[in-house]
Amino acid sequence: MSVARDQFNTMFGRDPYSIPLDEYDMNQPELFQSDTQDAYFTRLRKEAPVHYCKDSEHGPYWSVTRYKDIMEVESNPEIYSSEPSIALADPEPDFDISMFIAMDEPKHGDQRKTVQDIVAPSSLASLEPVIRERIAGILDTLPVNETFNWVDKVSIELTGQMLATLFDFPFEQRRKLTYWSDVATAIPEPGGLVETREQGRDILLNECLPAFVELWNQRVNEPPKGDLISMLAHGKETRDMNPMEFMGNLVLLIVGGNDTTRNSLSGGVKFLNENPDQYAKLMADPSLIPTMVPEIIRYQTPLTLMRRTATQDTVLGGQNIKKGDKVAIWFLSGNRDEEVIDRPNEFIIDRARPRQHLSFGFGIHRCMGNRLAEMQLRVTWEEILKRFEKVELVGKPERAYSVLVRGFTEMPVQLRPKAK
Amino acid sequence: MTKITFVKHDDEEIVVDAENGTSVMNAAVDNLVPGIDADCGGECACATCHVYIDEAWFPKVGNTNDAEEAIMSLNPDRQETSRLCCQIPVTDEMEGLKVRLPEFQF
Repeated sequence: MSVARDQFNTMFGRDPYSIPLDEYDMNQPELFQSDTQDAYFTRLRKEAPVHYCKDSEHGPYWSVTRYKDIMEVESNPEIYSSEPSIALADPEPDFDISMFIAMDEPKHGDQRKTVQDIVAPSSLASLEPVIRERIAGILDTLPVNETFNWVDKVSIELTGQMLATLFDFPFEQRRKLTYWSDVATAIPEPGGLVETREQGRDILLNECLPAFVELWNQRVNEPPKGDLISMLAHGKETRDMNPMEFMGNLVLLIVGGNDTTRNSLSGGVKFLNENPDQYAKLMADPSLIPTMVPEIIRYQTPLTLMRRTATQDTVLGGQNIKKGDKVAIWFLSGNRDEEVIDRPNEFIIDRARPRQHLSFGFGIHRCMGNRLAEMQLRVTWEEILKRFEKVELVGKPERAYSVLVRGFTEMPVQLRPKAK
Repeated sequence: MTKITFVKHDDEEIVVDAENGTSVMNAAVDNLVPGIDADCGGECACATCHVYIDEAWFPKVGNTNDAEEAIMSLNPDRQETSRLCCQIPVTDEMEGLKVRLPEFQF
């Protein structure tokens, strides 16, 4: 951990109720890596649901922690802008990439429409058999009754294959996509994936961008086809993008399709192992998979927050938000809001309304790939259940050092084959 | 109670009794009409209750509001008579309303 980061590590390990509310700063990777954030969010929801943090690593910001307040922010994009960034950190002048998730209307809609056909129901229907075959291929090569890291062998491998398919990226180089996605979201720290911000920027600019420019140049001279690069290269609203915009939208699509699904694939294993009654219920009735999948996504909440920026003075939950203020909407907290979700801290695979959660956000920026994500998870669990009696967690999972990405780096498991 | 007909993309018709004061979306969800997921619970925030209103009925169901317009405008399959049915209240005047369920929501 860097010295700069150290001075802001003020919450970890302290009793949530012993810290004065005006010293609360939830932007602390230590809390999420240790999975101890929930108690702090519970207090915020009760005592200061729209909370002002006067200073942090990224300056002052508001935390919005209740489901209904988050919905209000998401429903008013003209007041709560997605520009200049959806992360608490502002864009750096020397790496000002631009992506449609961090744009307002009309540009956001124009660019989003260019690529959203790839996740249209008809595309998903034709992708499903491909995904099923790839998942089967991965599961069939796994060792049984032997410890391995589920994150690496299944979650990363599967999402890497999926991304390579969506981009029509050279299949044998698919781990590069995973690597660039990780670099894009890594918090620089000594010994970390990237040690400095500049190093991360250079990897994306000097490795990722040229690789995709090459693909772009190839696709732009071919007739349009159904992969994301071809869609961007031929799309009316995207074909004239400058390099920083191209870079930005690549990062968006890579990260969007990578971390989120990956960590939900890992999370499901953990939640089922921690809740043997739910695992037993699933084994007895595999038709519960379609309701279990959104519950996994709620419980995991793979992206903890999005940032918005107030375009005008406004009032939210009785608090006066000033024009220009940063507003963090904490999906992870909203997904634990007892006022909206019944028994929110429990993992229940047959909830009545399982899709009532904030993991995909809401409103015009709602996750474009939500149904693709659900389909990947559903097909994966269908194929797991065909083969294995249990995916047994045999050690303590390790979590990522991050605020935004709620994920796992290690998930030691052993597979128990089905009796033949 | 008000009768509303949902027509699936394969032309199968599902007729439900809707309770006045709720929304057309509620009527669909309460009667397990397929293709209306209504993820957000009626907040006009997810666009998963998209329907095509029968042309004769379109002028009678009220106007599209701004929030609805914003989110529907992102959909390339939007049609002239598209609405998000969580924004259409059920009243006596809706007796016999017919809406089509878009294929893209299945």
